[in-house]
Amino acid sequence: MNMPVHSLSYKKRSVYQTYPDWGVTKVQKKRKTVEYGKYGYVFLVPFFLVFLVFQFYPLLYTFYISFIQKQVKGHGRTAVVNAVFGFGNYADYVFGDKGGGEVFQSIIITVALWLLNFVPQILLSLLLAGWFTDAFNKLRGEGAYKVIMYMPNIITAATIAVLFYTFFETQGPVTSLLKHIGIVKEETSFLTSGYASMFIIAFIQFWMWYGNTMIVLIAGIMGISPSLYEAAMVDGATPTQQFWLITLPLLKPILQFTLVTSAIGGLQMYDIPQLFNQGGPIVMWGDKAVYSTKTIVMVIKTYIDAGPAQDEGRAAAYSVILFIVTLAISMIFYFATSEKKSKASGM
Amino acid sequence: MASKIHVNTTQEKEKFSLRKPFRYFICIGLCVLALFPFYILIVNSTLTSDTIKTGLHLIPSGNFVTNYKGLIAKTDAVGISLWKSMLNSLLITVPTTVLQVYFAALTAYAVTVYRFRGRNLVWAFIYAIMMIPTQVSIVGFIKVCNLTHLYGSRLALIIPAMAAPTTVYFMKQYMEASFSVEIVEAARIDGASEFYTFNRIAVPLIMPAIATQAIFAFVASWNNLFTPSLILATEREKATMPMYVQALQSNDKQRDFGQIYTGLFISILPIMVAYFVLSKYIVAGVALGGVKE
Repeated sequence: MNMPVHSLSYKKRSVYQTYPDWGVTKVQKKRKTVEYGKYGYVFLVPFFLVFLVFQFYPLLYTFYISFIQKQVKGHGRTAVVNAVFGFGNYADYVFGDKGGGEVFQSIIITVALWLLNFVPQILLSLLLAGWFTDAFNKLRGEGAYKVIMYMPNIITAATIAVLFYTFFETQGPVTSLLKHIGIVKEETSFLTSGYASMFIIAFIQFWMWYGNTMIVLIAGIMGISPSLYEAAMVDGATPTQQFWLITLPLLKPILQFTLVTSAIGGLQMYDIPQLFNQGGPIVMWGDKAVYSTKTIVMVIKTYIDAGPAQDEGRAAAYSVILFIVTLAISMIFYFATSEKKSKASGM
Repeated sequence: MASKIHVNTTQEKEKFSLRKPFRYFICIGLCVLALFPFYILIVNSTLTSDTIKTGLHLIPSGNFVTNYKGLIAKTDAVGISLWKSMLNSLLITVPTTVLQVYFAALTAYAVTVYRFRGRNLVWAFIYAIMMIPTQVSIVGFIKVCNLTHLYGSRLALIIPAMAAPTTVYFMKQYMEASFSVEIVEAARIDGASEFYTFNRIAVPLIMPAIATQAIFAFVASWNNLFTPSLILATEREKATMPMYVQALQSNDKQRDFGQIYTGLFISILPIMVAYFVLSKYIVAGVALGGVKE
């Protein structure tokens, strides 16, 4: 029993005996840092306390409650509500027929809305960032362009959605202009067409975000060492070659960051589709009536809002699916890019 | 030498190409695209509803005051007052911004200045939770609000801002680059307490980062619709500005276009003015946000 303690103290003593000075200073130094290090913990208390109560517990509770299914037996006043523990919410609403496939439908719609805005957004932002950093063709007023192109991003999304809704109403200014010019037919109604609504929402997102992405990419390009471009110029590389062979490869981490944050943000899309057309219009896809612009967060909210549809467990199960999809997407991007990196270094 | 001559000739060529005019054309076109919807919004807020229905108008008229009076008169139909909703937004946004940047700075300071066991783990953790969107745990968040009797209270929207990992991240980036720990040690020798050192020495020194993050925290809170519309759903008196916009749109009795545009215009006026005043700092802040290692 006493053996380990004895051997430990013996070892310790032997160290002190061999290097007496080192031992003493080490002990003193350690004491000093520990003394102040305490404050590190103290200063972290507010953040972690609030995080635990308002973010961590909610996440755990959401996971937990997703396994409790609300089952109503009977109708009207004689109805009995039971809470049943198990995979009921997932089996019935997520993968089963009771949910009508609304989870995956709305996720597909959300991803489609995101892709429709992200692809043109990243292409235009890259092009503009290339132009603004092109040393051969310096454009005047870069600052003013940035300020104006970024502006829609800062304006309340709710207001912008309603603004575009009024523009595209049957009697709205854009609709009447397009009819007047003759681009669209007289009987065209944008807000009752599923595709038109999708494209308009994607356009609003694109219009709000390309300025932001452009500024981020410009900052990224400015961070690339000028000596690389100088060397390329000496070798006779054209600006186009420089863009494809220097700028784009070195911009990869920032492009990846933009992609992941945009994808995660895009999956949580709510304000614009909600206020633009309340997730509508309802269109027939095959033999199914589908909300053409209802995103997954909008679906989750319908089961949180007070009313006959309210179902905490169902909303939680949908949230868990959204969480998993969000996590999966960031993982896919993470591993896809790190794999490419190792390949590049191998070459 | 040969390559140098080559460079000069390409440069010479660029001068006479249509490349630059084309780029100006696209850039100016995009600026018009960015501003045009707001221009139409402002013009339409000065027109009568009947005029707006006839098509696109580019010249303002003198109906703004009538529209405004009509909008205020219909407050009961909308359910929320325009100015009250702005005040409500401010009552949430200001404390949210202050708490968010102050506690983010405190947290970043703790991780940057102090050496304690588990420091790297704490930092890795803050970095990891940055990507978790609040929407996924909203069911649990409402549960917590019910348990703590914060449901329907503005505090439910304000207190959670004390734990904003993204803000902490940017504060730490800034502190690592331009805050020297020696100052803290000097303050200690002068007998300052740790908390005093943070408040009186560190906070003023990292003010540029605090100001930038404050702008973004303010804008995010001011524009937020999702959480307030859930937490304050039963409290019409506390409705925020985005909730007002929602009510303005969903109210069927209120289909006077002139009045709707007037309401929308007033709803974005404060943030638009603030943007053009602070645009320089905002654009610089956006650029900073993207350059991550």
